Amino acid sequence: MSVTTLDDVAEKPAIRITDSTLRDGSHAMAHRFTEDQVRSVVHALDAAGVEVIEVTHGDGLGGSSFNYGFSAVDDVKLVAAAVDEARQAKIAVLLLPGLGTVRNLKEAFDAGASVARVATHCTEADVSIQHFAAARDLGMETVGFLMLSHRASPAKLAEQARIMADAGAECVYVVDSAGALVLGDAQARVQAVIDEIGHQAQVGFHGHQNLSMGVANSVLAYQAGARQVDGALLALGAGAGNSPTEVLAATFERLGVPTGVDVQAALAAAEDVVKPIIPRLPHMDRSSIVQGYAGVYSSFLLHAERAGARYGVPPHEILQRVGEAGYVGGQEDMIIDIALQLAQERDLGDLAGVGTR
Amino acid sequence: MSKATAAIVGPGNIGTDLLAKLQRSENVDVRWMIGVDPASDGLARARARGVQTSHEGVDFLLGLDELPDLVFEATSAYAHRANAPRFAEAGIQAIDLTPAAVGPFVCPPVNLDVNLAAPNVNMITCGGQATIPIVAAVSSVVPVEYAEIVASISSRSAGPGTRANIDEFTETTAHAIEVVGGAQRGKAIIILNPVEPPMIMRDTVFCSIPAECDRDAIAASIHEMVQRVQEYVPGYTLRADPQFDDPRDIWNGHARVAVFLEVLGNGDYLPTYAGNLDIITAAAARVGDLMAQATVGANA
Repeated sequence: MSVTTLDDVAEKPAIRITDSTLRDGSHAMAHRFTEDQVRSVVHALDAAGVEVIEVTHGDGLGGSSFNYGFSAVDDVKLVAAAVDEARQAKIAVLLLPGLGTVRNLKEAFDAGASVARVATHCTEADVSIQHFAAARDLGMETVGFLMLSHRASPAKLAEQARIMADAGAECVYVVDSAGALVLGDAQARVQAVIDEIGHQAQVGFHGHQNLSMGVANSVLAYQAGARQVDGALLALGAGAGNSPTEVLAATFERLGVPTGVDVQAALAAAEDVVKPIIPRLPHMDRSSIVQGYAGVYSSFLLHAERAGARYGVPPHEILQRVGEAGYVGGQEDMIIDIALQLAQERDLGDLAGVGTR
Repeated sequence: MSKATAAIVGPGNIGTDLLAKLQRSENVDVRWMIGVDPASDGLARARARGVQTSHEGVDFLLGLDELPDLVFEATSAYAHRANAPRFAEAGIQAIDLTPAAVGPFVCPPVNLDVNLAAPNVNMITCGGQATIPIVAAVSSVVPVEYAEIVASISSRSAGPGTRANIDEFTETTAHAIEVVGGAQRGKAIIILNPVEPPMIMRDTVFCSIPAECDRDAIAASIHEMVQRVQEYVPGYTLRADPQFDDPRDIWNGHARVAVFLEVLGNGDYLPTYAGNLDIITAAAARVGDLMAQATVGANA
């Protein structure tokens, strides 16, 4: 057992928590955040000392669509409101190449966003090169996001992180979009990325709670050298949610790692500001655990529930099938396709059942 | 019966697959494959298929005593922008498979008839060729305020050009959904999936439709359009019947039709999973075939 002393506190490097309640949490809100809600959450996070607050449709800029769900309020308006509300925090936006474009990024920048987070599937980093170039030209801070990181080996992930770092990413995140990485799996990937790009860029970790590993993986990532992690108040995010920002703040404080976040203020933000506005708390239910277990993109959860209800098939079976097919972030349309297949198989099964009688 | 003569400029994967398709045409005779690299594999492949080749670029082609009737360009937008005026001046009809978009967007079953005599036509994008027929099928029955397409392709079938400028795909396709597909507003999404074995190209088309409308007529129009695309892309199929969803407030009170497509390539030169590449070469071959028919018919 180690005991944290004041000397340790002084020596330990800080970790920066980026709060994604208003981006990853947008999935859990079916992308229906209002401007007032964004203002109140930003106000609370900013006062708690969170340095970076991400505000975008769950699928990033341009995400408002049939496929991912339409936003209640345009991203650019929400970004502008967040920028207006923040006193010290920077406002970040997410962009998925193939969905969002440089044009979307410029609109967000004009609204005051100052951090560009560019996300690709973990093996497709080269589609982000033009977006990093544009973000750097605008003078934005740049972060790369390698999604569904459990699908790539540590060595492959390092190679992809190299592409992003060379394209201008100042930090590259190992993103556990499915909440599928278990402890050493997460740390080995963070370590490999640090070994490859650590001398020129920071490394971050984005965790999900589908197998309850978000915070533990974040600590292991820090111990491997990660200096940025993502959280969301009350874990509000896709699947079983993200690493809770307030738990990250409390845990790192106990470890003597400076975060700049006031634990009591973060707890109050979660309890008093976020809890009253969300329809349900993210939790580890059958479907979200299957996501972690089968390695399925967390944002697919509510889509699977809706398709399950529409076609009368169990959401966890849809998600299991999605995992087997190897679908990646953005392929929400395939959830309907699989629900249709399952419904067809069920109907054929019913017919077979009738036949045997 | 005499055939129209043609050249292909750009001996890469697309040019080679296009050559294989055009060599089956009753109306087009591909006489030349043009590149810029003497060591090009593509030029060697074309020679093996009995086509005259040159690595001296478009200068060689335009220096010929006998010029082709048609030229297919599968190089880059940059190269085609430079070549297009020269083809036009020489009176050669150009079918452009690059993103240059010098001429009008063409999708064969939707608007080729009105562009048959155009000096230069553009083949839009792979995702556009796969989805715009469906948008047009819906918009021919009811007003489509908004149409959105999702193209999922195998990572292996996404070349360096697509990867370096993926915004060009989303913006060009969205624009063509409007001007060719007939939607008031278009949106396009592309997903690269690295799964092994490689996934076959999939496309989903969502169209907003009026709350009250004849859904059977829309479904019939979609089925008919799929058959028309199958005439030149045999592996173009519906995964399920069109799916209709009732009106919702968040859809501005509109209802929605969703169409799920699979595009299995013909496997001429490119692997069958690369339906995205197959459908654009098949569409270009179709355009060439019908342009040639019109030209030869007029000369006969």
